[in-house]
Amino acid sequence: MTTAPLNTPADSAGEPAPFPLEFGIDTFGDRTSDDSGRQTTHAQTIRDGVEQGVLADQVGEDFIGIGEHHTDDFPLSAADVVLAAIAARTTRIHLGSAVTVLSSDDPVRVFQRYSTLNAVSGGRAEVILGRGSSIDSFPLFGYDLADYEDLFEEKTNLFAELLKGGPVTWQGKTRASLHDQDVVPHTESGPFPTWIGVGGSPQSVIRAAHYGFSLMLAIIGGSPTRFAPFSQLFQQALERFDRSPLPVGVHSPGHVAATDERARDEFWPHYLETIRRFSKIRGFAVPTRESFAAEVGPHGALYVGSPETVAQKIAANLTTLGANRFDLKYGMPGLAQSALMTNVELYGTQVIPRVRELLA
Amino acid sequence: MTSSAASSLPRVAVLGAGHVGPVIARLAIDAGYRVSIAASDDPENIALITQVLVPGAEPRWAADAIENSDLVVLSIPLHKFAAFDPALVAGKLVVDTMNYWPPIDGVREMFEDPAYGSSEIVARRLADSTIVKTLNHLGYHELDDDRRRAGSPDRRALGVAGDDPAAVTVVADFIERIGYDPVRLGSLRAGRLLEPGGPVFGVALRRTEFESALRSEAA
Repeated sequence: MTTAPLNTPADSAGEPAPFPLEFGIDTFGDRTSDDSGRQTTHAQTIRDGVEQGVLADQVGEDFIGIGEHHTDDFPLSAADVVLAAIAARTTRIHLGSAVTVLSSDDPVRVFQRYSTLNAVSGGRAEVILGRGSSIDSFPLFGYDLADYEDLFEEKTNLFAELLKGGPVTWQGKTRASLHDQDVVPHTESGPFPTWIGVGGSPQSVIRAAHYGFSLMLAIIGGSPTRFAPFSQLFQQALERFDRSPLPVGVHSPGHVAATDERARDEFWPHYLETIRRFSKIRGFAVPTRESFAAEVGPHGALYVGSPETVAQKIAANLTTLGANRFDLKYGMPGLAQSALMTNVELYGTQVIPRVRELLA
Repeated sequence: MTSSAASSLPRVAVLGAGHVGPVIARLAIDAGYRVSIAASDDPENIALITQVLVPGAEPRWAADAIENSDLVVLSIPLHKFAAFDPALVAGKLVVDTMNYWPPIDGVREMFEDPAYGSSEIVARRLADSTIVKTLNHLGYHELDDDRRRAGSPDRRALGVAGDDPAAVTVVADFIERIGYDPVRLGSLRAGRLLEPGGPVFGVALRRTEFESALRSEAA
């Protein structure tokens, strides 16, 4: 699995080191439905998520990530608690945030929660840090959105200090200073893998390289190939900072079903409904059948289709982007739990082996 | 889109090295413009970003980039605009690509007056500059993908709004050369039609569709 080698010297070789292929799934705690189409409660959605995570472990997936959200559609605000429940019923799968909105959280608390998760799971915790594309946490916790850049920079700095282990001395503007502070629980075997999720900000790519965190490219619309320069920027920045190569991952939305037609038919109405709601808040266009077809096609960002279709697309884009990890963001508010379980199962039993075969 | 005409084209300064600035700079380079790019501080801090994402552009201090330019593209986060020094761009043609959208930016008092569009407020503050509004209503992730050669049947239209017809012509030519069909709007006030929640925001439209969307909204 990946590691996050902090402060290690760069290899003499200029080529990026090959990292093992890894395949994960991510959820935002999308509100589920039962088989009759009735929306479930927040509590049932969370229990459904635990079952998805347990199944993901059984079918050989490497990682499950939960993206912190704070809305009625995505009622999963305490990801680490759910990850701990999954940890208790699994032995192999890695467990992480996808993402932790660090800008509106306390780095000390985040470290403590994920270090605790690392303990209960026997060293399977990971953290993906984000600056905050899900903006609901800012007013909820009393932060000004205009400060997100400064908040993220400073808090990432502290989080990197905490990951080193040992007493921390730190001073900043966004939280109380620390002086020779021991922060517990200590990890057993060094820092757990930490990534920075990047949606389009080149500064975030530089920041990841600066702190020695891995790079997770969040590609949720448009052509994935336009992110290839970000991967190059990351490698060059790592060299600039005298760091060893680090993994690059891709996070993208999708839905896997037995056939292309079935996957599209299941996914489309809930995608349309969800984006329609977001478009009212954020001002962008409601998708059309045409724009959806483009996103699902070979040059779009959605991985919706049969195991073969999705595997081909993942293999092609991992190659283009120089990435070794793919995390499928599955689900959409309103999709039935049974469809999600089928998605998780097909991804593990068919998509992943097929991508490995294609890239062998 | 050749570089042979570079000497006769306006020199472009892009202010902002975040999501949007480097993409616009790259398109301008591809279209043959001479481009410098600046962030709020030392150009050394954006040297690597420029080298990898915008090869051919020159990272400079903002004041130097602006002084040696004919067209300034303002792509800074809107919440930083209040601290932007109007003297920096005095006498310059400024392309305002920014948006005010409280659910994303939070509430900015300066932009809260419902009687004015965000670019009108920008223009009032940058009183010694000429402001043209464009490039605000498509996603930065679409800028690369959606450009097409002139005459392509699926070429996307972009609105270009301003009070100074000569300035609008310069910017419309820029839009044309980077790969989009410019649709002129006769005033910054009319540019409110390009804002978030408006009829063309975030929608890929061809020229005729774009013009009819504007007409039906204005009617």
